[in-house]
Amino acid sequence: MYTTSDLRKGLKIEIDGEPYVITNFEFCKPGKGQALYRCKLKSMLSGSTMDRTFRSADRIDKPDLATREVIYSHGEGDMHVFMDAETYEQFHLAPEVLGDQVNFLKEDIECEILFYRDRPVEVTLPIFIEAKIARTDPGARGDTATNVTKPAWLENGYEIQVPIFLNQGDVVKIDTRTGAYSERVSKA
Amino acid sequence: MNASAKLDQNPELRSRAPALEARAELNRAIRDWFREQDFLEVETPIRLPAPALEEHIDCPPCGEHDRLRASPELHMKRLLAALQKPVFQIGPCFRDGERGPSHLPEFQMLEWYRPQADNQEILIDAKSLLRHCAERLGGGGRRFRGQSVDFAGQWQELSVDQAFDRFAETSVDQALAEDRFEQILVEQVLPAAGGRQPLVLHGFPLALGALARRDPATGRAERWELFVAGLELANAYSELTDCQEQIGRFRKAAAVRRSRGSDNYPVDLRYLEQLRRGFPPCAGIALGVDRLLMVLSGRDTIDQVVPFPPESELVAPLEQISKFVGDTK
Repeated sequence: MYTTSDLRKGLKIEIDGEPYVITNFEFCKPGKGQALYRCKLKSMLSGSTMDRTFRSADRIDKPDLATREVIYSHGEGDMHVFMDAETYEQFHLAPEVLGDQVNFLKEDIECEILFYRDRPVEVTLPIFIEAKIARTDPGARGDTATNVTKPAWLENGYEIQVPIFLNQGDVVKIDTRTGAYSERVSKA
Repeated sequence: MNASAKLDQNPELRSRAPALEARAELNRAIRDWFREQDFLEVETPIRLPAPALEEHIDCPPCGEHDRLRASPELHMKRLLAALQKPVFQIGPCFRDGERGPSHLPEFQMLEWYRPQADNQEILIDAKSLLRHCAERLGGGGRRFRGQSVDFAGQWQELSVDQAFDRFAETSVDQALAEDRFEQILVEQVLPAAGGRQPLVLHGFPLALGALARRDPATGRAERWELFVAGLELANAYSELTDCQEQIGRFRKAAAVRRSRGSDNYPVDLRYLEQLRRGFPPCAGIALGVDRLLMVLSGRDTIDQVVPFPPESELVAPLEQISKFVGDTK
């Protein structure tokens, strides 16, 4: 059980048999009264959101969560197949579980799957992945301001903003948490 | 994030310069207004042997027997009774376990007290002071939490009962009976009331007016609170000066604290003795200076108006400092 002093953004809790992650957390205490802990919650199963206010005396259930280290194997139709590198056990994940992360899947990258009672609910990718720029327009000559960006597309069609001096064929590092360009790894 | 990476973020302090300039100007503006009104500025102990017992306010321990003050209230009232003169103080106060977008465990409080006055006269003070401060910090027009707050215009004044009748699904007494008063206030009343006008809610239930006098006409506490865009800025009351009733309320607060597993503090006998011997009718108020600064400088979180929010501090054992700041021999 958690107490209200454990509550913070990112904490995973359980309410009525469903796991939620706290996406927003606000402490408030109006008029010398009792403390209120106002949370915005997102269901780890359905993705739906709700507001919930806890009070000091409340006890909050901990969800039964476990993580496993896996590598990404391959796509199979809509599904994405991950494999436990030690036991060779395979897990088929639906695209809803992965969300935008599908754009950064590459064979053999090491990931972590979070299970809620044996059901995969969340995948954590490596913070950075490397990808090749498949297409981008050449930067205008003489345009050297460092904060100028242009669109570029990866081989899977994912669009990112990159500095103007990057070229087609360059390999770049992408932050999988934000989906944004981080740095250039090698030139074409 | 590791410590070295965090150390690199130090220049962020420089970006707080405008907020710190505004803070200094606000402090000057406050002192100027009180000087003009002939108040005496006082300083009372920060470390207390006997803080006022409140049901839901915890003072951090300090040393073996003392606590850091949650408010300078009792000492200021003792001074007021002895000097028979209006007094004010700006200084640090502490609350255990309170942290959020508008809560710091250590914050600046402004309190003032007037003898021969009630909470309505304190409201007149508050309007005049806040209009003066807003003007000194560049007039209106600052947007705070999506509202352009206007201290100069009309303030909205509602009794707590009126506000619940108008905006909430239950009455005040029903909310109290269900132990949901604060929750309904925050979720239903405050978002619906106020807007760009400062909101004064008065006539709090007696159960929530620890040191406030009972209004014989309504049976409610002579206490009001000021909210701006849903943010609580100040709490005022006509002070309770009846010794027996005060002891009763301390006992009740102590019982609630005990049932919650919180510890109780010793009681300030000199304060009770002064009440027993006779206390002038008086009224006072506590106003959060950091929060006022948030509103007047248009910053949505309290962290943005202080130079050193507690979590920004970074420390290491003396033996390990070379890892972070290089060889210091």
